[in-house]
This record gives sequence, C-alpha cells and structure tokens, in this order.
Amino acid sequence: MSDTPFDLVVIGSGPGGYVAAIRAAQLGMRTALVEKDATLGGTCLNVGCIPSKALLESSELYEQARKDLSKHGIGVGQLSLDLAAMLKRKETVVKQLTTGIAGLMKKNKIEVLSGTGRIPAVGQVAVKAADGSESVVTTRRILVATGSVPVALPGIALDGDRVGTSTEALCYPEVPGHLVVIGAGVIGLELGSVWRRLGAQVTVLEYMDRILPGMDSELATASKRVLERQGIKFVLGARVTGAAASGDKATVSWQDAAGAAQSLEVDRVLVCTGRRAYTDGLGLQELGVSLDNRGRVLVNDHYETNVPGIYAIGDATPGPMLAHKASEEGVAAVEQMAGIKAHVYYDAIPGIVYTSPEIATVGKTEEELKAAGVEYRKGSFPFAAIGRAKAIAHTDGFVKILADARTDRILGAHILGHHAGDLIAELGITMEFHGSAEDVARSTHAHPTLAEAIKEAALAVDGRALHGG
Amino acid sequence: MSVNVVMPQVGESVSSGVIAAWLKQPGEAVAKDEPIVSIETDKATVDVPAPAAGKLLAHKFDAGTEVKVGEVLAVIEAGAAGDAPAAAAAPVAAPAPAAAPVKAEGPALSPAVRRIVEEKGIDPATVAGTGPNGRILKGDVLHAGAPLAAAAPSPAPVAAPKSAPAPAPAPLAPPAGDRSERVVAMTPIRRRIAERLVEAQSTAAILTTFNEVDMSRVMQLRAEYQDAFTKKHGIKLGFMSFFIKASVEALKAFPAVNAEVRGTDLVYRNYADIGVAVGGGKGLVVPVIRSAEQLNMAQLEKAVADFGTRAKDNKIRIDEMQGGTFTITNGGIYGSMLSTPILNPPQSGILGMHNIQKRAVVVDDQIVIRPMMYLALSYDHRIVDGREAVSFLVRVKECLERPERMLLDL
Repeated sequence: MSDTPFDLVVIGSGPGGYVAAIRAAQLGMRTALVEKDATLGGTCLNVGCIPSKALLESSELYEQARKDLSKHGIGVGQLSLDLAAMLKRKETVVKQLTTGIAGLMKKNKIEVLSGTGRIPAVGQVAVKAADGSESVVTTRRILVATGSVPVALPGIALDGDRVGTSTEALCYPEVPGHLVVIGAGVIGLELGSVWRRLGAQVTVLEYMDRILPGMDSELATASKRVLERQGIKFVLGARVTGAAASGDKATVSWQDAAGAAQSLEVDRVLVCTGRRAYTDGLGLQELGVSLDNRGRVLVNDHYETNVPGIYAIGDATPGPMLAHKASEEGVAAVEQMAGIKAHVYYDAIPGIVYTSPEIATVGKTEEELKAAGVEYRKGSFPFAAIGRAKAIAHTDGFVKILADARTDRILGAHILGHHAGDLIAELGITMEFHGSAEDVARSTHAHPTLAEAIKEAALAVDGRALHGG
Repeated sequence: MSVNVVMPQVGESVSSGVIAAWLKQPGEAVAKDEPIVSIETDKATVDVPAPAAGKLLAHKFDAGTEVKVGEVLAVIEAGAAGDAPAAAAAPVAAPAPAAAPVKAEGPALSPAVRRIVEEKGIDPATVAGTGPNGRILKGDVLHAGAPLAAAAPSPAPVAAPKSAPAPAPAPLAPPAGDRSERVVAMTPIRRRIAERLVEAQSTAAILTTFNEVDMSRVMQLRAEYQDAFTKKHGIKLGFMSFFIKASVEALKAFPAVNAEVRGTDLVYRNYADIGVAVGGGKGLVVPVIRSAEQLNMAQLEKAVADFGTRAKDNKIRIDEMQGGTFTITNGGIYGSMLSTPILNPPQSGILGMHNIQKRAVVVDDQIVIRPMMYLALSYDHRIVDGREAVSFLVRVKECLERPERMLLDL
C-alpha cells in the first residue's frame, strides 16, 4: 500500500461504491476502493440482484418449457432439469461481472485494497487483510458504501443450510420438496418463484395482512392473485415464532391470524424479512457519526455525515434499498465533492420485482397520495386488451397511472405485466421531466408493443382510452 | 452558395425594425452565429447572427433604414474567406456577443403543452415554466382559462413618468438672429411609447390615489441586518425587496389590482408577476419578476440587481418584459416627491414610490422627525373601485411601516 494520500477512499465495492469510485477517478480524484470479500461487486453482484435474475430467467424458461410451449404447438418430449448446470451458469454470470468490475477498477486506475475497512480517525482508513495484518492509508475524504445485510428475526436459528437467507437460497444443491419463505417482500416472492418453478412446493408466511408491504395495494393484490394461480401458497397475518433445522429438515412455527399456533416441517426455510444497514466494525460511533434508530448513517443533501470528510451512500443510509439508488447517490456524492451540482431525484426511482409477470412501480402509491391529501386522477389499462400481449401469450396484468387532478402531472405509475421492469422506464423519465399524463398519451407508441398499454392508461386518466372501457 | 441574412421575427407584434448599425462590413469574414447587424425594434435592440460562416457580401440597406420582418438584409457567400480586413468602424450600437436569439426560440414544449398553447393562443415565451430548468408544464398553461398565463401580445413595457429625456432644445438664440426649428424623427421605440401612453389613457379609467409612509422601520431593519444579510446572501438589502413584498401582500388582499380587463371579462390571477421599472441605456424598461410571491427578500434583491445591470447594457430580453400583472416604479431615485404614474396596459395598477425625505410629522400628539415617502397608486377604475384602491395603498403602507405584519399576516 502506498503512502501518498488519496483524494477519496470508498469502503464497499457494491453498485454504490464501485460506481462512486469510477466517477471519482473520471473526475481526477486519486481513489481507492476497500472490499472485504474475495470478489468485488458487493451484495448485488455476488448474492443479490445478478444471481437471482440469472436463476429467475433459467427457472422461467424451464416453466415455459413445461407449461407453455405446448400452447404454441411445440412438443418438448422428455423434459429434464440439471440443477447443477443451472447453478453453474449463474456462477459464470456472476464471475463474468465481478471480473468485469475488477477490470473497470484497473482501467480507471483505482487502487483496490483487499480487507476489512475501518475508520480510526477522520482522514484515515485502516484495512485489515485476511492474514490479520493492518495498514493505514490517509485520504482527504471517505465514502461509506458498506450496504446492508439480512435482518434476523428473534427465535430463528440461521444455520446457513436448512434455515438460511437469500444467500443460501441462491444455491440450494437440490430442489426442496417444500420450501417455506418467511416474508412476502421482493426477495421472498422472487426466490419463492424460482424454486416453485423448479418443482418445489412453496408456502410464504407474511406478518402483515397483505404482500409486498409499501407497494401500491391494488398492485399487490393483483400480484398475489397471479402468484397464487401459479401455485404459491400465502399465509397472511402469520407471526413467526421460531424456525430451526433438525437433520435434513427444518421446522417453522407461527401464530396465525386467529391466534392459533401452527407449525410445518419442511425441507428448507428462507428468511427474508428485511435487511439492515451494515456499518459494523467501521468505528462510526466512536467518531461521533450520527446514525438513526435503524443503524442507518444520516447524511445531508451532499451525502456528508455530521463528521466533515466522511460521506455515506446506498443501503447504509436511509431510503429505498435499491442498487440504482446507491449508484445514483454514489455519482451525485462524488460530483458534489468536485463542485458539480448533481442531485438525485428521489421521486422517480423505479422499483421492480422480477417475478413473472414482473411488478414495477415509480413514484407514489394511491395510499400515499390519499394520506397526503393530494387529489389525483387514475387511469388503468389491462394487458389483456393489448394486441401484442395476446400475440405473445402474456396477458396478465395492467398499467396504472396516477396524475395530479389539477395539473395532470404524473405522480405515480404501477405496472404488473410481462417486461414491466423495462416498461416502467418511460414513465420514470416522464416523471423526471415533471411530465403530464397527456404528454404520454400524445406521444406516439409503436404498434404492436406492450408499451401501448401505457399510452392507453394515460388516455384512461382522462377517461378516454381507445381500446377499452 | 449564397445564404440570405433575413430580418427576424423578434416578437409577436413586431413587424419591422430599424437598422441601428452594421456590425460587419462587406467583404468581411463572418463565423456562424456571429452578430452581423443590430436592429432596433419598438421593444428592444436585437443582434442578427450570421446563419452560416462565410464572406459577407454587400449590405442591402443602410443604417437607419426601416426594414420589414422577412426582408433580406444581406447575403453571405457561405464557405468563402473574407477579404483583407477592412478598417471597419467600431460597431455603433449593441456589443458583439449575440444578446437576443434570432427567432424568439422558446423553450422545448411537451405534447400537452403544444396543444394547449395553440388552442388558447398563448405565446410560450410569456409563460413562466415551473418544470425542471424552467420547462413549461401542462399545469402552467392548463388553468389559463381562468388566469391566462400571459396575455397574447403584451404590448411593450413602459412606465410613463420617467421617459428618456427629450432632445435638447435648440439653444435660445437672441431674437434678432437666426431662428429655426430642428426636426428630429421619433425613433421606433419612442413612437411606440407615445402610442401606448395615449392608448392606455383612453382605454382605462385611470385615477390616482395617494398615501404616505414612515420608512423608519424599514431603514432600521436595513441598518441592523445589512451586514449579516450581505454576508449570507451575497447581495445588499435594498428597499425594492420591501416594496415588492408589501405590494405582494396588498395584491393578495385586493386581487382586483392584480387583474385585468379583457374585452368584457375580468381576468384574475393567482400569481403576481411584478414589473420593476429600471433605467436602461436607452430609457426606462420594465422587466418582470415572475411569481414574485414565491421569492424571498434575497431573491428579490438579486432579481432587481440583475435587471438593473442588464438594463444598463440593453440586455433585457423581450420575453422578460412581457406579461406582468402589476408594476412598481420608483421616481424617488430621480428626486420625485409625488407623481401620478400612468398604467402599463393591460395591467390595472401601478405603484409609484418617491423620494424619502425627513419631515416633521405628528406621532402620539408629538411632533417628531421621520423619513417619509409619498406613495401613489394609479389604477383602472373599470376593475378596481375607489375603496379597493385606497385600501390597497393602506395595506402597502402598513406592511412598510410595520414589516412584521407580513410575518404575522396581520
């Protein structure tokens, strides 16, 4: 490790940290990136976004081969599943991307410091290598991008095998006979879908009386119906009291909505009840850095903490725990350090659930608008009435647009449907420009595409959809 | 290949202009967008940029000629190199940097906005966009049915009392000697000012009401907070921000003063675009501070200072002078004690501030010395009645004499 001071040391190489480091290097800052794992890319690349999307795609293809191809007159004969090969492909994708990040670090001349980072004093970062040796570098600024980790529930004994988190659920060596998922949030629905498609019986236990807490409830209700039709069983209002492994099985116990005690013996338990900001061992408290009551680092609108010279972004700070939020913050924080007036527009950050059909949202939900007393108009349109959707046999779902009643400005948009995650981008951009529903309705949308549902929903805000009621 | 340099459409109601000065001579090389000629219209002076790079061929009209919109002023031989640099006379009028764009090229308009402005006949250049980077949003133009974001061609801004000084009178010759007249043609700007003044007077029923205000509290506040204010905001705390704030309060309380007569309709607005008369290089101009009700003191001071600086250099754009809903004019800086300002059509009110002078006044049955200023409100009696006008002025007085009233909404 060199003795010359850095301009910026980023701790954490996830989508927030590595992107911030690249931007810093582009702006001429002498930058170092600290990472304690063997590979770069953080949770997202290694045990989050990327591997889950790889498995979601593979498992969806298997499901289509099993259930849908015959509709198209395609016979597949004897279908077989080689889980090991599927998992290997996922690992190859992850490896390609993490190697890619390492390549980007080299290309941008960012020094990668392997080891666990710690901030002993302002302007200093200590990195403890695997062999226990520690070295200290001096730096003008420090950016904390240490992300988040799964939250454990009391009474749940994680054993890294039968009772585990998403990390384990991304590489079960065999398809579980019965998988219980604790938590009907994004991760639970995605990984639950993967294993259901591959043949597992999946039961999802959720504490609240609805799935996808925080999302627009009409969207959540419709999604639940679709997932149930696919075979996922939901138990709502379940308060899990314990989960523990015993041999090659696991037992989950909970109190149901009526107050009765229930339990199930299953093959695997996936605990995904939320994630918490991870800043353990950094020494933030000793430095007097303010955290909130959930352990998240508090920052101002320059992403600086109350201790000058220490900044934080991403899952380690408040806000939606999304990779792109972290990346945008990483860029904005670094640009602001360089005097560029960069800002993140938090009202137009899309969120996507990669089930099939996908679920995507941007902006406010109906509940949020009602709670804020904002008068809005709403326009919905089902994919079932869209030509392309029928042609490709993906007719589930709808587009819903919420617009200010007085100015017609789009305040929120929600999509359940095939490619919802890509389709939502159009509405995200419109919201960045503070555009109106009429702006979208009057923009030409190609035919035949799924995006026409967006145009129709925008027309529906004004009560004049063309292809439907 | 020849490229024409054409007299541009500078503003909706502008159909011609006078060539003030040629900035490039025949034979000179010109770069694309480099200003070639300076045109004076009845609203402002604009520079016409070269549509292409090349060599400027002959001037088709001399300086001083009136040209219509669309006429070819000169021709450029695109791509050609200039002749040996002529000893060109320094440009008489406006400085080189292209001040105004050739076409009043407005902001990019979204589909909904395009539809609405066309349906309602709104000139987008007159709309204050509230979107990112000033984009016009649907909401900005949608409710123009009740309040129209800006009237269609708003005539040139004029605040009557302070016109540019008349040409110096001929020296008084002794009676027995040579006695002659000197006839000077009115410039287009002056012609237009004259037209509008008469129009204003014959259209509206203009009356003026007066009051006086004790400025001691405002002066006290300025003295006390000047250093802190300047340090924090980077601009001095003047009087205009107080005048504007007080006016906004009074406009909120008496919306008729912020409204206008349109045909047989009365048009009220829920925003105050306040024109501030500033002395410019070529006379008085009245640029408009948009949605002044939303700005704080520092922002108001900065806006006024910016207008003042740019007015001196004739750099106020036409769109900045259009669409105001109320005007404030300050004759006091020229020494005026009291005056009857003329309305800036189609506005229904104009507030005149005057000089601040220490006078003996009676407070609590004592004679004291206070810095007093006369206020004048000229108003259109077709829409503002006497009681409203008087009360408006009283409210302005209250807010200036006791600024805390604005904080307390009393």
